[in-house]
Amino acid sequence: MIHYILRRTLIAIPTLLVISFIIFAILDLAPNDPTGNLPMTVPPEVRAKIRSSLGLDEPMHIRFGLWLVQFCVNEPLNILYEGFGISIGDAENRTRIISWSTRSPVVDLIIQRTPQTLWVVGLSYLFGILIAIPIGIVSAYRQYSWFDQVGTFISMVGFSVPTFFTGMVAIIIFSVQLRWFPMIYDTTLEVDSWQNFVSQVKQMIMPVAVLALYNASQLSRFMRASILDNLNLDYVRTARSKGLSERVVLLIHVLRNSLIPVVTLIALGIPTIFSGAIITEQIFRVNGLGQLLIIAIESADIPLVQTLTFIFAIMIVVFNLIADVVYGILDPRIRYE
Amino acid sequence: MKYIISTLLTLAIVVGIASTVQAKRGSDGQLNLVYWQAPSTMNPNLSGGTKELEASSVVLEPLGRYDETGNLLPWLAEEIPTVSNGGISKDLTTITWKIKKGIKWSDGSALTADDAVFTYEYCSNPDTGCTQSNYWSDIKSVTAVNSVTVKVEFTVPKPFPYAPFVGYNAPILQKAQFDGCQGAKAQECNKQNFYPIGTGPFKVVDFKPNDVIVFEANPNYRDASKPAFNKLVLKGGGDAVSAARAVLETGEMDYGWNLQVEPEILIQMEKAGKGKVVSAFGTSVERLMVNFTNPDPSLGDMRSEYVGGNNNRNSHPYLSDYNVRRALSLAIDRQVLVDAGYGKAGKIGCNVLPAPAIYASSANDECKTPNVAEANRLLDAAGWKRGSDGIRKKNGVRISILYQTSTNSVRQASQALIKEMWKQIGVETELRNLSASVFFGGDVGSPDTYQKFFTDIEMYTNNFSGTDPQTYMSNWTCKEMAQKSNKWGGNNMPRWCSPAYDALSAEMSVTSAMKDRIRLTKEMNDMLMEDYAMIPLIHRGDVSAHSNSISGVRMNPWDSELWNIADWTRK
Repeated sequence: MIHYILRRTLIAIPTLLVISFIIFAILDLAPNDPTGNLPMTVPPEVRAKIRSSLGLDEPMHIRFGLWLVQFCVNEPLNILYEGFGISIGDAENRTRIISWSTRSPVVDLIIQRTPQTLWVVGLSYLFGILIAIPIGIVSAYRQYSWFDQVGTFISMVGFSVPTFFTGMVAIIIFSVQLRWFPMIYDTTLEVDSWQNFVSQVKQMIMPVAVLALYNASQLSRFMRASILDNLNLDYVRTARSKGLSERVVLLIHVLRNSLIPVVTLIALGIPTIFSGAIITEQIFRVNGLGQLLIIAIESADIPLVQTLTFIFAIMIVVFNLIADVVYGILDPRIRYE
Repeated sequence: MKYIISTLLTLAIVVGIASTVQAKRGSDGQLNLVYWQAPSTMNPNLSGGTKELEASSVVLEPLGRYDETGNLLPWLAEEIPTVSNGGISKDLTTITWKIKKGIKWSDGSALTADDAVFTYEYCSNPDTGCTQSNYWSDIKSVTAVNSVTVKVEFTVPKPFPYAPFVGYNAPILQKAQFDGCQGAKAQECNKQNFYPIGTGPFKVVDFKPNDVIVFEANPNYRDASKPAFNKLVLKGGGDAVSAARAVLETGEMDYGWNLQVEPEILIQMEKAGKGKVVSAFGTSVERLMVNFTNPDPSLGDMRSEYVGGNNNRNSHPYLSDYNVRRALSLAIDRQVLVDAGYGKAGKIGCNVLPAPAIYASSANDECKTPNVAEANRLLDAAGWKRGSDGIRKKNGVRISILYQTSTNSVRQASQALIKEMWKQIGVETELRNLSASVFFGGDVGSPDTYQKFFTDIEMYTNNFSGTDPQTYMSNWTCKEMAQKSNKWGGNNMPRWCSPAYDALSAEMSVTSAMKDRIRLTKEMNDMLMEDYAMIPLIHRGDVSAHSNSISGVRMNPWDSELWNIADWTRK
């Protein structure tokens, strides 16, 4: 197993290098200009000066190499320095990846945005799982019952209606009409008192609910299908004929086996938490990583787009590995040699 | 009942008295602004975006700034220098500003002329990459005569020398803070760029780029009773519709900026009674640019290139015909475009220079009423005959227009409407839209930029900042033609060239009397309009909304919308 993990990790390095180069090349070839969004009153000579001050005059391979060094060496060293006070080399004058639109280090922006994304998108993922699993179990066990029909209907709606629509409906009902929840997420709110905690919960309810509905409807279908597959298998009949109660058969024997594919699916879905729910973040102004990516793309902030997408790529590679390993742990029949 | 009424009356009187009493600094609590395009920095010199200029204008201030009618007001200066008060030299090459006494930065130190000199040095350093450097052009030197007097010397006579230190584009930075941030270092000073020290009514306490900015009242602000708010929150992100909703329907926000929303939606929202939509009309005009050169792809390198003096040998196959251009303009019903896409944010535009009011010409008001019959008559008379498909032709040339603009729902709606209007006069139109970052991107390698203009017609909005039209009107001189030789760096997209126009532009650059400047500007505008070098469509305004509980908002098209935020109060 350890041998397998090691091998996979080593293969991941060239994969990621290729990915980073492809991202860089695509962004570089795209007809984008960081000065394109400036007002038309800014003359072309000034634009040229701005472009050169951003380092755009250098040839592509130099810029790629520079970025790679900054990402792989300078930024980790900087985290060590700022986070733990460990200084290796010239910590003060180390160049960092600078975002073009804000002129501040990209990694600082990402760190600043991560908490709200993890809270909102992460919680919605968690709630989605907690809702989906029981619904999936009951729906499968009582297949074609009214519960199953209603569950199917709701998950179809949740899955097929886009979040920008459910989000808008939620805002119109709960913010505009009922005035229960604020429609604008306050990222400066610090939970330091009971009152602020209540405000924090209030402002999180709508975005979390909208996303949880979407996640739950997807997962509950998988859960249901997986349980249905298992219910017809021989070991279930054996368990029942041994005289085990239905409860034990379902919740211990069937559930464990049906969870195997679902757990893999959940693990593979975790990177999407970090990439944020772009649309939902926009609607509720959560301003997390998803919104950061969108703004960066709109303003042609290449270093930020490059770094963010590459971090997402790393996440996907890592969680793929984790999913494979977890699969091996859960299902003893699977052996990696 | 009587008792209740009398109590209410007493209360009303008490409230009435309270509101007449001079407000104290910070007495009105928190003010919430929503800018759906979130500011990415607080340093106006490193971002030319209006959102950043607006945000920084509550902290950084210039010596002079414009009020909502376009009047120049002394802001940090004692008075506006003019030739008659001796502030501007007779030969128009120097301007001397005197700073008001007792102005302090928010850290308590005094504002001096050195700060002003430093600001010029900061922005004129080519390595800074200063986005506002056109406000500091043609300057020979900026010197501090004494601690409160700044002298700006120009290399050429400036009849209108109010660019440096005027308006939200060119505010004063604190030397002590930005000293180590000049040149290439400017990019790395994110602490300074995010938390600039200013003289304005507020100071930054928390800056989250592209998300939210938290300000507090500046304890050293020059007017001890202002600002009325102790905290200012500028929230960014999301979209214009939900920003409008947060001000007009839920009342969560007090002020929403740049609400480019379909007019019927805004009207609907305003009915909720929580807030008011306000608009201001500056110099923005949505216009059709007419290509005077031939954009035929088969021409290769000669595409859309201007060849030869007055007789353009590479002229456009049909748009070089005056009658066609005039017919295209006559066929457009501009009111329909206003109603469909702009509402309160637009008026019929018949001039390329619609404002300030003193410069606006009334010679072209014909465009207010469409006249399809006249357009058809003109084309018939000019020999453009309808073919079997209903499209006009002459000598084998069909009037089939390729019409491009940037991707934007209002623009695409206007395109579709104009296509229908032109169909009525036998003109075929093919529509095209390009992502704004490509269209306005200026990438010399891309054929799709508005500068290259490889189509017959293109549509966008242009404007000028400030109130003086001299530079703007010089955009359509012959030497400004955007083409290969200047890497499409010029501003004359139609490649319209007229020696008479160039002469007027040259005269303007040496004329300082206001009366003559107005006459010249009008003449130039009318020349462009009468020859249909551009077909103006909409005089576009800025639309914002404020809550009914906020008073003092004076929406300003010439400067920051937050220019007088120190005077805003909560009722």
